Amino acid sequence: MREFWSRFSRNRQAVLGLVILGLVVFVASIANLIYPNDPFLYSRFPLSGPGENGFLLGSDSIGRDVAAGIAHGAKTSLLIGLIATLAAVFIGLVFGAFAGYYGGLVDDILMRVTEVFQTIPSFIFAILLVAIMKPSIESVVIAITVVSWPAVARLVRGEFLSLKNREFVQACHTLGMGDFRIMLAEILPNCLSPIIVIGSLMVATAILVESGLAFLGLGDPNVMSWGFIISDGRSMLRVAWWICTFPGIAILITVLAINLVGEGLNDALNPRLRERS
Amino acid sequence: MTNKLLKISDLDIALPEGSERNLAVEKLNIDLSPGETLCIVGESGSGKSLTARALMGLLPAPHVRVSQGKIEFCGEDLTKATEPRMRQIRGSEISMIFQEPMTALNPVMTIGVQIDEIFRFHAAMPQRARRLRAIELLEDVQLPDPKQIVAAYPHELSGGQRQRAMIAMALALEPKILIADEPTTALDVTTQAQILKLISDMQAVHKSGVLFITHDFGVVADIADRVAVMQYGRVVETGSVDKVLNKPEHPYTQALIASVPSLVPRTPRTRADQIVLSAKNVQKSFGGGKSFFGLGKPNRFVHAVKDVTLDLRHGETLGVVGESGSGKSTLARCIIRLLDTDSGKIMLDGVNICDLNRAEMRPWRAKIQMVFQDPFASLNPRIKVGQIISQGPMIQGADRKTAEARARELLEIVGLDVRAFNRYPHEFSGGQRQRIGIARALALNPEILVADEPVSALDVSIQAQILKLLDEIRERMNLSMVFITHDLRVAAQVCDRLAVMRYGEIVETGATREIFEAPQHSYTRDLLAAVPGQNWDRQATSY
Repeated sequence: MREFWSRFSRNRQAVLGLVILGLVVFVASIANLIYPNDPFLYSRFPLSGPGENGFLLGSDSIGRDVAAGIAHGAKTSLLIGLIATLAAVFIGLVFGAFAGYYGGLVDDILMRVTEVFQTIPSFIFAILLVAIMKPSIESVVIAITVVSWPAVARLVRGEFLSLKNREFVQACHTLGMGDFRIMLAEILPNCLSPIIVIGSLMVATAILVESGLAFLGLGDPNVMSWGFIISDGRSMLRVAWWICTFPGIAILITVLAINLVGEGLNDALNPRLRERS
Repeated sequence: MTNKLLKISDLDIALPEGSERNLAVEKLNIDLSPGETLCIVGESGSGKSLTARALMGLLPAPHVRVSQGKIEFCGEDLTKATEPRMRQIRGSEISMIFQEPMTALNPVMTIGVQIDEIFRFHAAMPQRARRLRAIELLEDVQLPDPKQIVAAYPHELSGGQRQRAMIAMALALEPKILIADEPTTALDVTTQAQILKLISDMQAVHKSGVLFITHDFGVVADIADRVAVMQYGRVVETGSVDKVLNKPEHPYTQALIASVPSLVPRTPRTRADQIVLSAKNVQKSFGGGKSFFGLGKPNRFVHAVKDVTLDLRHGETLGVVGESGSGKSTLARCIIRLLDTDSGKIMLDGVNICDLNRAEMRPWRAKIQMVFQDPFASLNPRIKVGQIISQGPMIQGADRKTAEARARELLEIVGLDVRAFNRYPHEFSGGQRQRIGIARALALNPEILVADEPVSALDVSIQAQILKLLDEIRERMNLSMVFITHDLRVAAQVCDRLAVMRYGEIVETGATREIFEAPQHSYTRDLLAAVPGQNWDRQATSY
C-alpha cells in the first residue's frame, strides 16, 4: 500500500485531482450544514448576480440560490456516478468473467449480447431508457448502468482470457479447486487494477451523462442536480450568465479531477507503463 | 596498439539509483583479435548482455550508462564517438545477433526489405545489385530457396530460419566484429548445433571477431577460443577455453562448471516392477473447431499427441524428452487431466481417470501433482506463499491448522526459511519460487509428480540445486516422477528411463543408459549428436 501511494503521489496531477475531488466530496457532505434549506426554496430576489442579496453565486429566475443548488447537486452527481458505476462494474464483471473463463459457446452468447448494447450510441440509448421509465433518480442510474457495463465486460473478458491459461491457474486445477473459487480468489484479484482504473473513469462519464440527461429535462424533477440548474438557466444565458456558468464549472472540475485520479491510478497500478516517465 | 580489434579497459556501467547494485558492469577488461571467438559466460544478472549493448552504444540511456572506462575499436574510443559515427559503425563494422529472432525482426517487413535496408543505409548500391546481394547472403547462410525467402515475412519462417536470416543481415557488410547475444537459447538443440556451425563457418570466411554471449557451457566448449566468466558485473576469470573449462581457478567458475549436468547417465536405481501409472494410446488434438454459427475460418488442426503409450513404474523417474512442438507438454497436461484426451486411457491405480468428471476427479488429484516450468507464472502474485501451499490440502478437506502446519514443514523440506510463509511470491528469486512450486505440489502427499521442464527457466547453479532437491524428495517421499525436458544433459542426470518424442509420437523408449549408449532411432541419434560440448564431456570424464 505504501509503495502504491509513493507511485501515485509521484504524479502531481493525480494528487491535484485527488485534492479537488476531496473538496467536492467535502462540499457535498456538508451541503445540509451550510445550506440547511431546501435548494428548491425560492426567494424574493430572482436573478440576483453573484454576491448580490446574500447569494454567493447569484440566484436563478425564481430566486433559488445557485450556490445551494451546486452544493446539493454535488451529492446527487457523485452518488449517481458512484452507484451507476458500481452496478455497471458488477454486471460487466459477471458477464466478462464467465465469457472469458468458460470461452466457447458461453463466450459467444455473452459477447453477442454485449455487442447488441454496444451498437447503440450510448447517450441516445440512455435518453430512450429514461424516457420510457419516467425520469427519476432510479431510472437515471439504471440508464447509465445499462449503457456503461459493456466496456467493463470486454475488459474483464480479455483479462480472464489471458489469466486463465497462466500456470498458477492450472496449478489450482491440479489441486482440484472449483471454478468459482478459481475465478473469485485466483483470477479476479489479478485483474483488479484495470477494473479500478476503468471504474474511476466511468464515474466521470456517469456524471456527464447524468448532467446531460438533466439538461434535456430528463433528470429527477424533485432532486437538485447540476444539469438541472444549467437546464433551468439556459434560456437566460444572456441576462444571467451565472446560472449556467457555475454548475458548468463544477461539472468540468469534478470530471477533470476524476479523470486525473484515474490516470494516476492507471500509472500507479499498471507496472508496464511505469517506465514511461 | 597491436592488431586487436577491440579492447575494453576498466569499463564501468552505472545502473540507476535504487537498483540492486550501483554498477551493472565493473572494471571490465577484455579484448578481441580478428578471427577469434570470445565467449562471455555468466548467469542472469551478471552484466553480460549490458556489456554487448555498451559496445553497440545501445544502452538504455539515460538510466543506464557507461560511467568510466574505454571501449577501443581499432584504436577509436566508442564511448566518445558521436551518434552519427556510431550509426556508421553499427551494422557495417560491428553487428549483432539477438536472442529472440522473432522480436528482433520486424514482423511487417519482408526479409528482403530488411536486408535491403542495411545496404541502403550503409552502401551506395543500385537496387538490382542490392537484391542480388541479399539473395547471395541468404544462400551463404544455407537457407533453402533464397528467392522465396527474400519475399517472406518473419512469421512464415521457422525459428532456425529466422536466426539464419538474422545472421545474414548481421554479416551483410562483412563487419569486423559480430556480437551474438545468446543467439541459440531460444532454439531447439538440433537447430542450435546448425546455427553454431554456421557462425563458426562464417567467421572463418570473413575473419571477423566474434563476441559470443551465453550461459551454456556446452556451447562454450564447442565454439570458444577464449572465455571470460562474469559474476555480478565483474570478470572473475579469463583464459583459453581449455584452461577455463578444464582447469578453472576461480571458485565461482569451478562451482559453475561443477553444476553443468554431465552427459554420462546416472547409475539406474533398483526399482520395483509395479506400474503406478500407464497411458494407453492417448490421442490429443487441438483446433479444427468451428466458430460461431459455423462462420469464419475453422481453426488450424494440430495433432499434438498421437497414440502415445507409456508406463511409469513405482519409484522411477521417467524422462520425456523432445524438442519444442513435440507434444511433450501436452502429454504431461493430459496425464494430469488439465487437458481432456480425445481417446485412449490413463490408468491410475486401476482406474481410467480419463472417464472421471471434475467432481469425481477431485480425490484423485491428490495422487498426481505437477511442478510447472515458469516459476514466475506458476505462483499467484496476489496470494501469500503460506496460503499457496496450504490451499491444496484445504481443498481436499484438511482443516486450516493442519494444512498450515504442513505448509511450514514443507517450506523447510524444500530448503526455505519458515518466514517465507507470510510473504508474497514476488519477494523471491526464480530458484526460490520453484521451491515454493515444489512445496505446493508436495502438500497433497502425491504418489506421482509430473515435472514440466522444472529447471529450464533457471540458471545452471540454481538448476543443479533444484535437481538435487527433486532427487532428495523423490527418495524421501517415495515418489514416482514423470520428468519433461528438452535438455538431454538434465535428462541424463535425472531419469531412469527415457521416452523420446517427436511430432507427438514416442519414437523410442528405454533405459537412459541404453539410449545414451546405443540409440536405436535415427532421431534419437540426431538429438544426441546435437548436444553441445560433447568433446569436453569426454575429456572431463577421462580425468
